[in-house]
Amino acid sequence: MGKAWTFGENMNTDEIIPGRFNITIDPLELAKNVFCEVKPDYAARVKPGDVVVGGQNFGCGSSREHAPVAIKGSQAKCVIAASYARIFFRNAINIGLPILECPAAAADITEGDEIEVDLATGKIHNLTNGHVYQARPLPAFVMKIAEAGGIVNFLKNHDVQELMA
Amino acid sequence: MGTLVEEIFSRKAGREVHAGEILLVDVDTIMSHDNTTPLAIKAFREIGKPIFDKNKIVIHFDHAYPAPNLLAAEAQKKGLDFMKEQGITQFFHQGVCHQVMIEEGFITPGAIVIGADSHSNTYGALGAFGAGFGSTEIGVAWVTGKCWFSVPQTIRIELSGATQPGVFAKDVMIFIAGELGMDGGTYRSIEFGGDYIDRLPIHERIVLSNMSTEIGAKCGLIAADEVTLDYLKVETRAQGTYEQIHPVHPQYEKNIAIDVSTIEPQVACHPDVDNAKALREVEGLAIDEVYIGTCTNARYEDLEIVAGILQGKTVHPHTRVIVTPASAKIYKKALQSGLIEILMDAGCTVTGTGCGACIGRHGGVLAPGERALTTMNRNFIGRMGSPLSEIYLASPASAAAAALTGKITDPRPYLA
Repeated sequence: MGKAWTFGENMNTDEIIPGRFNITIDPLELAKNVFCEVKPDYAARVKPGDVVVGGQNFGCGSSREHAPVAIKGSQAKCVIAASYARIFFRNAINIGLPILECPAAAADITEGDEIEVDLATGKIHNLTNGHVYQARPLPAFVMKIAEAGGIVNFLKNHDVQELMA
Repeated sequence: MGTLVEEIFSRKAGREVHAGEILLVDVDTIMSHDNTTPLAIKAFREIGKPIFDKNKIVIHFDHAYPAPNLLAAEAQKKGLDFMKEQGITQFFHQGVCHQVMIEEGFITPGAIVIGADSHSNTYGALGAFGAGFGSTEIGVAWVTGKCWFSVPQTIRIELSGATQPGVFAKDVMIFIAGELGMDGGTYRSIEFGGDYIDRLPIHERIVLSNMSTEIGAKCGLIAADEVTLDYLKVETRAQGTYEQIHPVHPQYEKNIAIDVSTIEPQVACHPDVDNAKALREVEGLAIDEVYIGTCTNARYEDLEIVAGILQGKTVHPHTRVIVTPASAKIYKKALQSGLIEILMDAGCTVTGTGCGACIGRHGGVLAPGERALTTMNRNFIGRMGSPLSEIYLASPASAAAAALTGKITDPRPYLA
């Protein structure tokens, strides 16, 4: 269970972590400045298990992986958004940041709501207003990567061909 | 049979593929740069397996090169040490990665090129599939030589007519971004075609493919034609024979038709690329910095337009005007032809090549309250420095006009 931190439509990678901070790849270092321009109190007040909630096209902009790494580094449990920008979606899966696509949750959840997420089923429970949302299931091979905790972990123990097997 | 992106992937897969299929295919070239290589190295080390084929790997230092601070220097040393260790010899620091990739001949029709940079879409201008990926996937591709793709649906943008004088591909693309919005092309292949494209030189086609990223597209493709093959032969090291791959009985998800003759000079206003307006609507807005550079608009022909407007004149005394040629090859040509001298005489600061001020770390960082007019491809909050600064995007001609007056200015009277 955690608190919802809500963000708007088209949250771009510069707003998630401005380019001037991307001189490091340390998740905890990056997390110190995550969302600093759009929600300056996030970095200091986020707690493990909190969830980041965004609108349409979350993570648009540059290919910088620093963006999902910074969110993961902040100890947020997952991101829930109405939709994701293409590269952010891949990056988040590849680095093992759980992301759920759920327009109903994105539209209904408000800042500070208590949220319980079951990543395995995609079920999202809003304890503050009692609503339950169902996230869209991820394709099978994406689940393989997510379950391994990221593509790097997957490849440690598998051949790349096994992704499509 | 299929759209251009389906035709390209069908050749790679050795069978006919269609949108929606997920494929694991061999990639031709794997590109990364100083900003994204360190995380790729991290992923590579963690996987703990050898490089599949080092000849597929190309690494550029362009985002902050030469290093402007200690952290960047350390990251670049790490990158260079890695290249020495692994025997990676395709290493470049002669300009913005995407321009150098084209010049060095890595971008050819039908090639599949993945880059750890969102503007890898640029390669679509030459009929190649180019798309941006995160660093981890680049490290993965170093090991596997492969990448998974979901073959995208295609939005066909049919561009007809001729642009008015003073209107360039940049204006057309800003107009398109305004029409489609920042997520108008998400997950899609954008296929640009029509008689406007047929007549458009490569340096202008590049602007469209490059900024297809700004509408969320996976790639922005233009079918290779005679113009493409001539360009490859004359301007690049790609000296092979290449197939002109075309869409064959394509099924488009959506068709958009635009008559470019109706478009007037455009500006993408702070703080989103799709906040597109006709330039006249924001004319007169004071500009503190004009930045002419980046993978979008700092090619020789762009510098020629700027020099044509600035020749014999002086830039506004309170406006910084920074020109960063996209590559060393372009810089040298502009130096030899006298363009650089014209720009310097007009009061421009001409910098070394690379991404320059576009990433807000060096070469023209904005202070709080400042406003820039640039030839860049994106104008997100804080991109060039202070989150309290503003970025407006326009063509090189509009940038040059603003350089003279210190405010957003219609370039057409200056293009006699």
